[in-house]
Amino acid sequence: MESPVEIAQYTAGGVIGVSWLMIALPLLGAAVLLVLGRITDRWGHLLGVAMSLASFVVAVLAFLELVGLPEAQRRQAVFLYEFIPGMADMGLLIDPLSISFALLITGVGSLIHIYSVGYMSHDSDRRRFFAYLNLFVAAMLLLVLADNYVGLFIGWEGVGLASYLLIGFWQFKPSAAVAAKKAFIVNRVGDFGLLVGMFVIWSSFGTFAFADLGAKVGTASQGTITAIGLLLLLGACGKSAQLPLQSWLLDAMEGPTPVSALIHAATMVTAGVYLVVRSGAFFFEPGSPQALAVAIVGAATLLAGAIIGCAKDDIKKGLAGSTMSQIGYMMLGAGLGPAGYAFAIGHLFTHGFFKADLFLGAGSVMHGMNDEVDMRKYGGLRKYMPLTFATFMVGYLAIIGFPLLSGYFTKDGIIETAVHLQPVLGWLAVLGAGITGFYMSRMVFMTFFGEKRWADDAHPHESPSVMTIPLIVLSIGSVFLGGYLILSNRLLLFLSPAVGRPEELPEFHFASVPGLATLGLVAVGAGFAWMRYGRAEVPVLAPRGSFVTAFARRDLYGDALNESLFMRPGQWLTRIAVFLDNRGIDGVVNGLAAGIGGTSGRLRRVQTGFARTYALSILIGAALLTGALLLVGNI
Amino acid sequence: MTAHYLVLSGLLFAIGAMGVLIRRNAIVVFMCVELMLNACNLAFVTFARQHGNLEGQIIAFFVMVVAAAEVVVGLAIIVTIFRTRRSASVDDANLLKY
Repeated sequence: MESPVEIAQYTAGGVIGVSWLMIALPLLGAAVLLVLGRITDRWGHLLGVAMSLASFVVAVLAFLELVGLPEAQRRQAVFLYEFIPGMADMGLLIDPLSISFALLITGVGSLIHIYSVGYMSHDSDRRRFFAYLNLFVAAMLLLVLADNYVGLFIGWEGVGLASYLLIGFWQFKPSAAVAAKKAFIVNRVGDFGLLVGMFVIWSSFGTFAFADLGAKVGTASQGTITAIGLLLLLGACGKSAQLPLQSWLLDAMEGPTPVSALIHAATMVTAGVYLVVRSGAFFFEPGSPQALAVAIVGAATLLAGAIIGCAKDDIKKGLAGSTMSQIGYMMLGAGLGPAGYAFAIGHLFTHGFFKADLFLGAGSVMHGMNDEVDMRKYGGLRKYMPLTFATFMVGYLAIIGFPLLSGYFTKDGIIETAVHLQPVLGWLAVLGAGITGFYMSRMVFMTFFGEKRWADDAHPHESPSVMTIPLIVLSIGSVFLGGYLILSNRLLLFLSPAVGRPEELPEFHFASVPGLATLGLVAVGAGFAWMRYGRAEVPVLAPRGSFVTAFARRDLYGDALNESLFMRPGQWLTRIAVFLDNRGIDGVVNGLAAGIGGTSGRLRRVQTGFARTYALSILIGAALLTGALLLVGNI
Repeated sequence: MTAHYLVLSGLLFAIGAMGVLIRRNAIVVFMCVELMLNACNLAFVTFARQHGNLEGQIIAFFVMVVAAAEVVVGLAIIVTIFRTRRSASVDDANLLKY
């Protein structure tokens, strides 16, 4: 295995030196749109798109400058300012890994910005939407560009905030407000893992900088490294919607569709994969227990997501299940060490394209169908939305791994590496690919083929070109990107200065056993879907289905599990606390007050208002006093 | 000799006390209070004479001064109450209660 190259301080005066513009521009856009408010309503969306595109241009220029450097200098740290003296400086790390992410985020992000101009055109709050989109892009870029864990964490939290704002964008819908809160809270659990992991990193190594950690990481015990690795994995699970923190992703589909495409397909959920790969050289040594844990989480999630995807009638939730599943593939690849990193990142890129394509395609369908999301009420739409249909088909073929399309190369790479290094997990991934073939085919057949099952007032129509052009660009990426990145190991060689590379370079086999098995299973899955949903009639009302269907419809009882394990005990705890507070503490305080009140209420009857009664009591008192004094003999 | 004065003083005090307790007219009650004060004065003077010093006599003067001041204030209050309520009965002036 070859280690990553040293990180050097950037001194030349090129674009890399001003790469902070990538973050600053969208941040400025968000600030302008939020601070100036309604004044910007008319041109706010254009500013948002412009800022995102400008950021993309900076990313491309920085990328070109980085590619121009010799390989040993391709990790450049840019110092910005002293952030927490003695602890962390604010700085950016421009290396192949971070710049690849920056290109994906700004590139796909800009396409989604453009698409949103059309998608949100009827929304009176479009300007606020673009402010949040820009904020999201800025936070995500800070996450991937920061050269230390503190900066990464700030971006991490910013992404969490922006996703909360975007999922709950239609906050007048209670379901959207609840989904936003759920996403935020589940993410907090993951953030807790990341934060504690950072605490352990600081107490063990005394630094947060990626540049310093590489040299110091050997000084810690194996147990510490494993602990850090598992804590970071918890953080990654939260952001990437991996088991056991997957439950927020399906509900997050309450947000507008471009949000689902941007956050829950192309960028935010990839933050966990980024964290694992970025920390890979320090804390996830191949073969270590924590790396195995990453792979196991990935394999489990890819199956869980695929099974959930099979049962959803809501087109966006079906895609959400598939996102979970595909991120599971990436985590599986990331758990395999440098041999899997290139495939994991490659799959992340191709997934960013074809999943954004699919989500935006779904959004285009919804746009033409009065925001109907139930696939049972679609059917036969291919004649009415030919462009959407064509681009959706490209995304579909890419995600199921149709030979020579993007998904084929990257997913197959992960599967082959996994079968080679972790056979059990590898074959589970093969099985998952078969299920992917089923549920994605089901989605296509239910939406675009068969008889029409629309509501009476639906008038399906093709979306405006501001929405279809991003779809076309994304589908072109979905076709060619995978082959370009994987064949002749382009991505692996490009990334190796940042993440290291395996001893022997993998070779892509077009006819390996796992690859053929995958193709066979995908064909079986697609054929089964054709029998169930293509040839046979699809009922408009969902049939009850077997217990497996019910299991998958309820998200594998993930919510029920969270509810019974965490929510109910928490509710009981609060109920007990409320009871103790009411009866115990309030009881003592109120009892004391009531006692004093009652006593004085009775005692005040003595004050009759008759002066002669008072005189009598004074006389009796004086007599008693005198008598007592006489008795003790003090007079 | 002393015993007679003291008995007289006790009788006067008892009459005064009874008057305060059973009479309703504020003026009479007031006079009974004066009677009690003077019974005390008599006792002071008696003891002073018995012991042959002046302290008891001086106290008696103090009591008279206080009583004079009290009469001024007390009568003013009684007259005011009578003006507003058309009654000098101590039982009628019973508003200050629970």
